Amino acid sequence: MSVRHALLALLSEGPKYGLQLRQEFEARTGEVWPLNVGQVYSTMQRLERDGLVEADPDEPAQPGPQRTYRITEAGDAELSAWLRTPPQGDAPPRDELLIKVLVALRLPGVDLPAMLQAHRTHTIGQMRQYTRLKEDAADDLALLLIADAQLYRLESVVRWLDAAQSRLRDHSPEPSSPAPGRQEQPHRHGAAR
Amino acid sequence: MTAPPPLELRGVSRTYGEGAAAVRALVDVDLTVTAGELVAVMGPSGSGKSTLLSIAGSLEEPSTGEVFIEGTALSGLGRNERARLRRRHIGYVFQDFNLLAGLTAVENIAMPLELDGVKSRAARRAAGLALADLGLADRADSFPDELSGGQRQRVALARALVGDRRLLLADEPTGALDSRTGEEVMRLIRAACRSGAAAVLVTHDAQLAAWADRVVFVRDGAIVDTTAPLPGPESLLTPRGTDLDEPEGP
Repeated sequence: MSVRHALLALLSEGPKYGLQLRQEFEARTGEVWPLNVGQVYSTMQRLERDGLVEADPDEPAQPGPQRTYRITEAGDAELSAWLRTPPQGDAPPRDELLIKVLVALRLPGVDLPAMLQAHRTHTIGQMRQYTRLKEDAADDLALLLIADAQLYRLESVVRWLDAAQSRLRDHSPEPSSPAPGRQEQPHRHGAAR
Repeated sequence: MTAPPPLELRGVSRTYGEGAAAVRALVDVDLTVTAGELVAVMGPSGSGKSTLLSIAGSLEEPSTGEVFIEGTALSGLGRNERARLRRRHIGYVFQDFNLLAGLTAVENIAMPLELDGVKSRAARRAAGLALADLGLADRADSFPDELSGGQRQRVALARALVGDRRLLLADEPTGALDSRTGEEVMRLIRAACRSGAAAVLVTHDAQLAAWADRVVFVRDGAIVDTTAPLPGPESLLTPRGTDLDEPEGP
């Protein structure tokens, strides 16, 4: 989540002061991402240092929350480039859930179907919360878009869990340390334990 | 005295076939759905979720166990009494709408009332009101093939809710619809629950199940897990000043 670019976007509409930036940021992100005022100031200082914003020359210089900023030409260019840049997602993410399942695959005594079900129940529980948010926010476009984004992301987790469970049913696990000369019996993870 | 729940399954099992070839489709299922509650039943194909819905809707009998509709045990009813109870208390919604092509929207909705002995004019009036509730008053005289998928499913929903039916059973009700239209149908089902109906929704779709108050997971014929009650909306909020921005050097 890039707060600096979100603040640049707000300033592209016209000069604004610190408190105003925080309020507008929260309103436009459906108040799902609260922002503290210290974060706004430190971000604005970095943007000013980088020449992307400047103090508004039409306003008398004021310290702290009342200081008014405006976007510079370099800031406009930065914002425009950012909007068109794909989010970082090319490298396989270090997915904690995937790592847990890969680890569990080799651990003796782990009930993998039960473990996958626990994650499925938890993920659908989160989906219910975002659906309830969506249900109560019929006219709030930002909130609807946020809820949809989270729901599609969480749905993909559930679909992966379903696919994983189906694969486990069809594959016997690799033995973690096969005893030499001993014939391993194939074992199905899906069987009742 | 509290009213009995619209639906209760106690120790319900269903086995198809006998001996070595017997297949256990449902194994000792207990499920109670209270008035105003939307319960989703999730599971992969062949998990037993559709059998559960058929038995809950009295379309199929359990091998063992008991089903209660509004406190009435189905096993104690004769064939005709059971059919009457189905018509009066239970509404069904299916993925493919199951509307009769030769009848208009309002006639499709009035039909179950007329079958139950309601006079034609009164049945049509009730059907018209049910249609208006779902925002389709102006399509009362349209035939199913003149309606969009979303409109057809709304007609099917009006037919399921018309009269005083308090139990709605839905099998993949948005399966044939795009996501936005499906969402509209789910909003209507939620609204029906808010006004006191109980609903059971069978689906393999997590987005759909997420509309429910409670999700039960079925696998190999048994309920293996259930979601906890929903926490308040504040649980979605990020604590102030955490994890919002990427770390940046001086």
